[in-house]
Amino acid sequence: MSETSHVGDLQLQLRASPHLKAPDSTPKIMWNVVGSLVPVIAAATWFFGPSALLVLASAAAGAVLTERAFGQAGSLADGSAAITGLLLGLTLPPGVPLWIAFVGGAFGIGFGKLVFGGLGQNVFNPALLGRAFLQAAFPAAMTTWPAATTEWAQLRGDNFAFPFTTPSVDAVTEATPLGLIKFESTSTNPWSLMIGATGGSLGETAGLLILVCGGYLAVRNYLNWRIPVSIFLTVAAFSGLLFALDSTRFASPLFALFSGGLILGAMYMATDMVTSPVTNAGAWIFGIGIGFLVILIRTWGGLPEGVMYAILLMNALVPFINRATQPTPYGSPGRTAKRAAREAEA
Amino acid sequence: MRAGLSFRHGVHPPEHKELTAGVPVRRMPYPNEIVLPLRQHTGKPARPLVKPGDRVERADKIGEADGFVSVPIHASSAGTVKEIGLWPHPDGSMAEAIRITVDAFSPQIPRPRIIPHWEGLTPDQVVKAVQRAGVVGLGGAAFPTHVKLLPPDDVAVDTLIVNGAECEPYLTTDHRVMTEYPERVQFGIRIMMHTLGVERAIIGVEKNKPDAIEALRKTLPDDLDLTLQGLTVKYPQGYEKMLIHALTGRDVPPGKLPMHVGVVVQNVASLACIAEVFETGLPLIERVVTATGPGLRKPSNLIVPVGAKIRDVLEFCGGLSDEATEIVFGGPMMGGSQPDVDAPIIKSTTGIVVLTKKESRPRRTYPCIKCGHCLDACPVFLNPSLLGILAQAGRFEEMEEADLATCMLCGCCSYVCPSNIPLSQMFALAKAGAQRRKQQAA
Repeated sequence: MSETSHVGDLQLQLRASPHLKAPDSTPKIMWNVVGSLVPVIAAATWFFGPSALLVLASAAAGAVLTERAFGQAGSLADGSAAITGLLLGLTLPPGVPLWIAFVGGAFGIGFGKLVFGGLGQNVFNPALLGRAFLQAAFPAAMTTWPAATTEWAQLRGDNFAFPFTTPSVDAVTEATPLGLIKFESTSTNPWSLMIGATGGSLGETAGLLILVCGGYLAVRNYLNWRIPVSIFLTVAAFSGLLFALDSTRFASPLFALFSGGLILGAMYMATDMVTSPVTNAGAWIFGIGIGFLVILIRTWGGLPEGVMYAILLMNALVPFINRATQPTPYGSPGRTAKRAAREAEA
Repeated sequence: MRAGLSFRHGVHPPEHKELTAGVPVRRMPYPNEIVLPLRQHTGKPARPLVKPGDRVERADKIGEADGFVSVPIHASSAGTVKEIGLWPHPDGSMAEAIRITVDAFSPQIPRPRIIPHWEGLTPDQVVKAVQRAGVVGLGGAAFPTHVKLLPPDDVAVDTLIVNGAECEPYLTTDHRVMTEYPERVQFGIRIMMHTLGVERAIIGVEKNKPDAIEALRKTLPDDLDLTLQGLTVKYPQGYEKMLIHALTGRDVPPGKLPMHVGVVVQNVASLACIAEVFETGLPLIERVVTATGPGLRKPSNLIVPVGAKIRDVLEFCGGLSDEATEIVFGGPMMGGSQPDVDAPIIKSTTGIVVLTKKESRPRRTYPCIKCGHCLDACPVFLNPSLLGILAQAGRFEEMEEADLATCMLCGCCSYVCPSNIPLSQMFALAKAGAQRRKQQAA
């Protein structure tokens, strides 16, 4: 027994149980989300040329540098700031001046996340808060949509405009499909919406691709599939009802699903773990609320698009939704009563 | 046999049972010294009956049960009492223990004893015989078995549930007992059903043990209403509450025992131990232990005399590998790290798992991102995310309002938490604090 002394010499570690750990970790989840966005970014670049990469890089830089400057030491490694920056970038028009994208990323992280106490503490989705700020501060730059037909290598707007100067608008612009239907009652073919051959924000196009990328996250359980599913079902049902009532005034359900930022918002922003309900029952309520608000704002609100405000409004309700949908503990009278009712039915 | 039954939620940790699942049980030689803590069971510790210098034979009673919820302690080897004093206990504390120097050349023959014939005995007599033999639950909780055999008059028990789930990763103790001694398990079930006066018994075995299920099926007695039920492989399937739910659909209300919903649960190894009492007359002085893990050179299933030190068992299993960093008593999900390799195997020790750097490397903790994975894992439907936030804020009274008492400390929430928050550890501390506050208030 040559190992005898080995048992005695060992410096034993003491840890609390459980001594095994599932392989998932918070940085792994976050970097998987970043990774799943790569095809979406590639598609945006395909449709909008170098402008797409420039805008995304600027928004991401604004978010990451703010996190680095004011966040906790080492908090960049968890990947959440990168997600905020990239998602914000995907909601911006391709021709937006880069300094505006940078400011949006910085605002989203600074006022959307860090003032609340950093990762896990914020109430509102930081990317959408950044976008809401830009929408209020720079309404013209945020609603200038270049046409999708420009030559690939050409910039889609005055990306390099100096801060606080009026961008020189020399690119060809066009209205987005949602703008067309709202202000001109012209519907766009849903198929071109799905594959992305339309004008709009960087991530408003190529709905099918975003569905696939988000689906990957759902399969890995890195997002709660109940949220996008309930949003899509509600949007389809509500817009379907309106379409059935008056198909000349209202958009078809397929158009409602694939236009604007709905797919991106439902798959990537509403499912932000920190700002969505922690219970599964709550996820359904949250998703139904968003779907309902999106159609409400798009149809009767002053703006053509309502995904951003729908998600932000429902973010504010998350604490109440959580409280209302607490699980019923094992063996408690509530749970026993539920089971008795089920058995009486059967 | 029908499809596997189960409960909702739970987790699927890697099983790692292949290390020892097919390794037959063998007997470990007697070590030079045996250390028998007086507290090896839930309830009051035993009172010592011997003093230093006394000679004892194997199976002699050396500690007396102190009350009804207590059991005696027996010498697991012939030898001489060396000392009675504090010694490292596997729960991490120092506890009163009897140290016996083992006879170097002893036939280890117990004194002649009367083997009771169970069929002529009244339930009370069976209960006494089981208590005298020092039998406790061998699944890990070490609750005195005889207490479960004597339900109070106001509860009606109709079903005996036999726990062969063994849901903890790595452990194969119950697996080997069922595979190698199925008749003994069946005999224990027979005695238990007779004593409890129940007509129906169900054996629940996780489906990752096909050879155990086959062995039990071959030996099923025709004259008993005894069902063999395969269970879904999922942790914590072997927890009493989860097992009762899976096999009968009943839920135990908070603060109540399984017998209040008409069920008594007994682990297969405990039943084999009861059977042995009526087969040989010997008390509980040895048990099957799985010594395993990536940090152990020769993972084995062993019959170990109660009181053998961890060091002796590890040495018999070829010693530790160079990567070994941590020794866990019991399964890796619920078991405790051992600070001292001189702590003894006790009646409730199901296994020793030696882990390496790979499993025990420190992990950075991140803030709760409210992913909800812990809610999906919690088998008793709590909100561990909320409880964890309350615990970190020191709001312990509110934790009690959030049903902390229902928590079984199974560790599923900590296992899945991507932010590595030590949830079940915080809940264990909060529970202890709640207990203290209750005592101070009383």
